[in-house]
Amino acid sequence: MKVLVPVKRVVDYNVKVRVKSDGTGVDIANVKMSMNPFDEIALEEATRLKEAGKVTEVVAVSCGVAQCQETLRTGMAIGADRGILVETATELEPLAVAKLLKALADKEQPQLIILGKQAIDDDSNQTGQMLAALLGWPQATFASKVVLEDGKAIVTREVDGGLETIALTLPAIVTTDLRLNEPRYVTLPNIMKAKKKPLETVKPEDLGVDVTPRLKTLKVVEPAKRSAGIKVPDVATLVSKLRTEAKVI
Amino acid sequence: MVALVIAEHDNASLKGSTHHTVTAAAQCGGEVHVLVAGSNASAAAAAAAQIAGVSKVLVADAPYFAEGLAENVAEQILAVAGNYSHILAPATAYGKNILPRVAAKLDVAQISEITKVDAPDTFERPIYAGNAIAYVQSSDKVKVITVRTTGFDAAAATGGSAATENVAAVADVGKSSFVGREVAKSDRPELTAAKIIVSGGRGIGSAENFKVLEPLADKLNAAMGASRAAVDAGFVPNDWQVGQTGKIVAPSLYIAVGISGAIQHLAGMKDSKTIVAINKDPEAPIFSVADYGIVGDLFEVVPELVKELG
Repeated sequence: MKVLVPVKRVVDYNVKVRVKSDGTGVDIANVKMSMNPFDEIALEEATRLKEAGKVTEVVAVSCGVAQCQETLRTGMAIGADRGILVETATELEPLAVAKLLKALADKEQPQLIILGKQAIDDDSNQTGQMLAALLGWPQATFASKVVLEDGKAIVTREVDGGLETIALTLPAIVTTDLRLNEPRYVTLPNIMKAKKKPLETVKPEDLGVDVTPRLKTLKVVEPAKRSAGIKVPDVATLVSKLRTEAKVI
Repeated sequence: MVALVIAEHDNASLKGSTHHTVTAAAQCGGEVHVLVAGSNASAAAAAAAQIAGVSKVLVADAPYFAEGLAENVAEQILAVAGNYSHILAPATAYGKNILPRVAAKLDVAQISEITKVDAPDTFERPIYAGNAIAYVQSSDKVKVITVRTTGFDAAAATGGSAATENVAAVADVGKSSFVGREVAKSDRPELTAAKIIVSGGRGIGSAENFKVLEPLADKLNAAMGASRAAVDAGFVPNDWQVGQTGKIVAPSLYIAVGISGAIQHLAGMKDSKTIVAINKDPEAPIFSVADYGIVGDLFEVVPELVKELG
């Protein structure tokens, strides 16, 4: 069984982004870029399924600029067998990515596609669900446990009230939540090995997909700042401030 | 112009997130209809008809809607999507799971987690963990939107008298099935609806130590939350997590105990009206967003606070 794992190159989660002064977006020049953390969890899960003998091949896919090759190499160092880059300079919206992934899924015929539940840059939380709909596959989003048995995926999901378990017929889509696993550290030997793994590059036109954005970002601004508060010397002062100043208790 | 709100419910009652979504829908400028897709969900449908500002409630009732499986609910939405100009759902685990399927099938972009409606086609939404706000304009024929509930007041639960219309249920998609649910039972208010939240972080140290927060939560009738660090360490269940990828909350009072204040956590609570931080590290970033901070050992400060509240 083949598993496809889409990975996104995003601003590293430790970076606090700055809004550009002209309001056209956030400044990502000279900022550290990394693999989206949820996608790392997705790759780790696919790799563990392969190590457990449930899966035969793990294919990492990325959509975006040429530098996404680095993200794919990281993915292959974690455990993907090969990589596919859909290269484009167009800023991709989740719907466009879902269409590109559908075209690749039609070609590659995976039984399972594991994606991160959201990317930490645009915080959209859409691509997995959109891909599932376009493929006509069932989905289990926000997964904290995945078991493959008897041609089904039994997935435990993190939902608002606690946990929920559902069973999906394969092929299926799974999106990862934080508690699914803890991704391994990539080792130097695996980074070296990853450099020799096959990496194919295609263009959206090769896949017959129109990736023109549908949404127009009119401007990007900084959020309203909270004014810095005060440190109070003791609990009595705190309670008195909460009662008489903030009036919240 | 008519907007359709997808109700979040448990068949017997509506979730509060639905009322906030109705407010956002009304701001899109036209009539507001609500779809209740459920099983024996007449009570939830009746509650939807009472919401102020709702003019029609569509009810699709079938056994396979009972657990809100995304495949089935999305198909039902598509079946009634017809002439709606806007389709909105709360940006909760329920709405986020379902709505992108609808957008993809309609071949439109989804606008996630809006916090403001500027015009029927223009919306504000936070990006980068709330470190930037994007003003987004959609030229799609239907605007498919998830709504961050903290951005909109709840519509009044009574005062409306919408007509209820039964619609034909779509067939069971049959590719997914519900196995079970582990729902934590609690007498405390729900995290996203609570007026006061007492939240603990890594500084609490263990699951056992979290008990130190309980008398405080009891005293204030508060919900309990946690930072990702505390959840990952196994101190408390996952559904307590407040932050960029957990729950977004905006209570009148948020008390952060032993939470350092990573940007991902701040993203989930910085819209709270008043923030109190209790931390032994005077340099902790949480103090930069707190209205009132106390530097000290939480195991001394918290019991003292309970006593002082009397």
